[in-house]
Amino acid sequence: MATLVRPAPRMGLSSLPRPQGDTGIWSWITTVDHKRIGILYGATAFILFMIGGIEALIMRLQLATPNGQVVDADTFNQLFTMHGTTMIFLVIMPLSVAFFNYIIPLQIGARDVAFPRMNALSYWIFLAGALFINLGWLIGQAPDAGWFGYANLTEKPYAMGLNTDFWVLGLQILGIASILGSLNFFVTIVNLRAPGMRMMRMPVFCWMTMVTNILMLLAFPVITVALTLLLFDRFFGTHFYVPSGGGDPQLWVHLFWVFGHPEVYILILPAMGMVSQVLPTFARKPLFGTPFVIYSGIAIGFLSFGVWAHHMFAQGLGPTADAAFAFSTMAIAVPTGVKIFNWIGTLYKGHLWYTTSMLFAVGFIAMFIIGGLSGVMHASPPADLQQNNTYFIVAHFHYVLFGGAILGIFSGVYYWYPKAIGRVMNEKLGKWHFWLTMIGFNVTFFPMHWIGLDGMPRRVYTYPSGMGWGGYNMLETVGAFVIALAMLLFVYNAVNSMRHGDIAGNDPWDGRTLEWSIPSPPPHYNFAEIPVVTAMDDWWAKKYGAGHEVGHAVPAMAGASQDARAHEEHPVHIHMPDPSYFPIIVAIGMFVMALGMVTNYWLCLVGFAFVFTGIYGWSFEPVNAPAPPGSSEVHTALAPAPHAPVAVH
Amino acid sequence: MAVEAIPNPIVAAERTSTGLNHRKVLMWTFLASECMFFASLISNFQVQRGRSLNGPYPSDVINIPFTSVSTFALLMSSLMMVLALAAIQRNDIRGMKIWVLACAFLGTLFLGGQFYEFTQFVSEKGLKLSTNSFGGSFFVLTGFHGTHVTIGVIWLVSLYFAAARGKITAKDSLSVELAGLYWHFVDIVWVAIFTIVYLLKV
Repeated sequence: MATLVRPAPRMGLSSLPRPQGDTGIWSWITTVDHKRIGILYGATAFILFMIGGIEALIMRLQLATPNGQVVDADTFNQLFTMHGTTMIFLVIMPLSVAFFNYIIPLQIGARDVAFPRMNALSYWIFLAGALFINLGWLIGQAPDAGWFGYANLTEKPYAMGLNTDFWVLGLQILGIASILGSLNFFVTIVNLRAPGMRMMRMPVFCWMTMVTNILMLLAFPVITVALTLLLFDRFFGTHFYVPSGGGDPQLWVHLFWVFGHPEVYILILPAMGMVSQVLPTFARKPLFGTPFVIYSGIAIGFLSFGVWAHHMFAQGLGPTADAAFAFSTMAIAVPTGVKIFNWIGTLYKGHLWYTTSMLFAVGFIAMFIIGGLSGVMHASPPADLQQNNTYFIVAHFHYVLFGGAILGIFSGVYYWYPKAIGRVMNEKLGKWHFWLTMIGFNVTFFPMHWIGLDGMPRRVYTYPSGMGWGGYNMLETVGAFVIALAMLLFVYNAVNSMRHGDIAGNDPWDGRTLEWSIPSPPPHYNFAEIPVVTAMDDWWAKKYGAGHEVGHAVPAMAGASQDARAHEEHPVHIHMPDPSYFPIIVAIGMFVMALGMVTNYWLCLVGFAFVFTGIYGWSFEPVNAPAPPGSSEVHTALAPAPHAPVAVH
Repeated sequence: MAVEAIPNPIVAAERTSTGLNHRKVLMWTFLASECMFFASLISNFQVQRGRSLNGPYPSDVINIPFTSVSTFALLMSSLMMVLALAAIQRNDIRGMKIWVLACAFLGTLFLGGQFYEFTQFVSEKGLKLSTNSFGGSFFVLTGFHGTHVTIGVIWLVSLYFAAARGKITAKDSLSVELAGLYWHFVDIVWVAIFTIVYLLKV
């Protein structure tokens, strides 16, 4: 296998020696390898997915029967707030980011992201924020004002506990992680594409990632300001959202949804991108109308900033604003519909191969259509006024976020698991997982449409008997436990397949994009030789010639290709960026600062010292520790021509 | 054995898809994000305008001639920044050090003016964060801008010391250019803030 040229430890401008080694816990803590960071993101987010799921199960138990006694109203408020906050900020976003990390450099033919240490920083800050926001559970004061945190509910006379403080500070930290990550991926996609990979030759997942990251770049500063103002209201006595002090609670609602609606597309666009990779692979056809899929993704990105007030129809904005936002909301359904037709067009006359990944992708289309259609229903203000604050809305956004984003992400997990682990997940268990998920999901959420239209309000901890909602609610609870069972099956499959799955080889699915041209799992440096791209779906074109649409029906689990053997025979010395301690130091500092805000302000200074030291040490730390004189000849003597490609094929 | 040392992607950053350095694209992208940050803060100021339930009101406290002077200092600092970049690009490290220090000095002058203004408002005019809508939105907006200037000054001083220790040479003109991009942005934002907060009477 390839070995890495690693310079000996050297004292930098900071007093810390550079971390060394490729194994052990410290190698993970100091890693800057995009693949390892992707796995860290994915594992962390999945654990949080389990936590958010348990919160949902407790709520379902409470609501299973009228006048439920499982939890009290306060706990229920904390449960639905943390369920929403967790699933949005700590699960779907980081799961998507896990894929950005692992897949984007592979798909664009790069060895790493543009800023590897900043990438590690994003992860550690994300972890700090995730831990901080959940800290409230330990003292029984978890956030309880809803994931939207409407002002008044979050202001001092109404929220005296630490609940909202944990929420505000935790989201601030998470926002920093998101902005840093999106800066990094934007630069990576713009600047690190392999030679010949023009923008319109980029895989659709890269495109959707880029649109997502632009949305994050522009939307997160708004929530940062909104949260900062709330922070000042709570800690320093301002009245930005307090009407009795001259403030305006509606300002929060506007700022929150100016962020919040792009956020919805931040959640769904990566899943759309994944499905746009999975469907062509298993339909054995190019994605139908690829440019339309790309342009409609861009259109969604644009329009997503112009629809926020459809969350506010019930606030009384007046007929002009209502009409304008109803129009823009209906308009955003058009590019979304274009994508759906393109996906269906891809399936049409394809040589369909129903792997688990494909099943999840097709399930995504079906469920997302249902969620999309109910979304267009409440784009109309009169209809929305009826549906607002009922379970109909809960049904709608679970169809787009679970039926859309989560199913799309599972499709991506089954698709790229072999690339990351080197083994294929068990297909039989995978299909059980899929069907249990689909049945459980629809049993849980479809009846919510009916009880919602029947008037059952959301966010209430119980309901009286005699409303006729008991039966449906019991059914929903049963469905929720079926989903939980499906998830346990998935965990078993994912863990078990790491050791016992079939060997994947480079290209188990006869894939179309560059990540399938390299070994699974990829070597530290990804590409021994940076590929030169000549076509959209370049790997497919290289295998079968450009314009060849059908390809060969290769056996499912083709063995390791010549490419991998070539790697073994010719060790490649590629110097990758060195690990660094500074990212985690900065992240620890941010956690301590937030902790100081809720305990003792002096602690903030300690945290600030960590952040400052971390950033300062970082800016003077070279990306690679310069090799000491003795080892420098490794570079020069063995590399007569630095740019000469390694003979691989 | 065909053993090659292929330059790592960072060192080989000369070849990027756009031909632009990663750090430069990063800075421009970051500034795009900052635009939304300050746009939100300015929006908040505008929403809070005229909502103060009690004084002091803007006209009671704002001293346009004084702030015009510190604004002039900040605008001139941008000129120093331009001269610093021009100096390093023609390999004049000594000139670059002088202009960077001059820029940091003018930035500090601006910060001093802001500090004086804040203490005046708080101690003599009785305008605090919590006094009224104007107090809150004024201190938060100008305070965040001042924080940005402070970070810029620290950056510039760090550049000076790095150059003094020989860590910055003519080939590192990008480091000065990035500091310049940030500095000019913070400067332009102040032009907007000065106009909206101090000059507009609507």
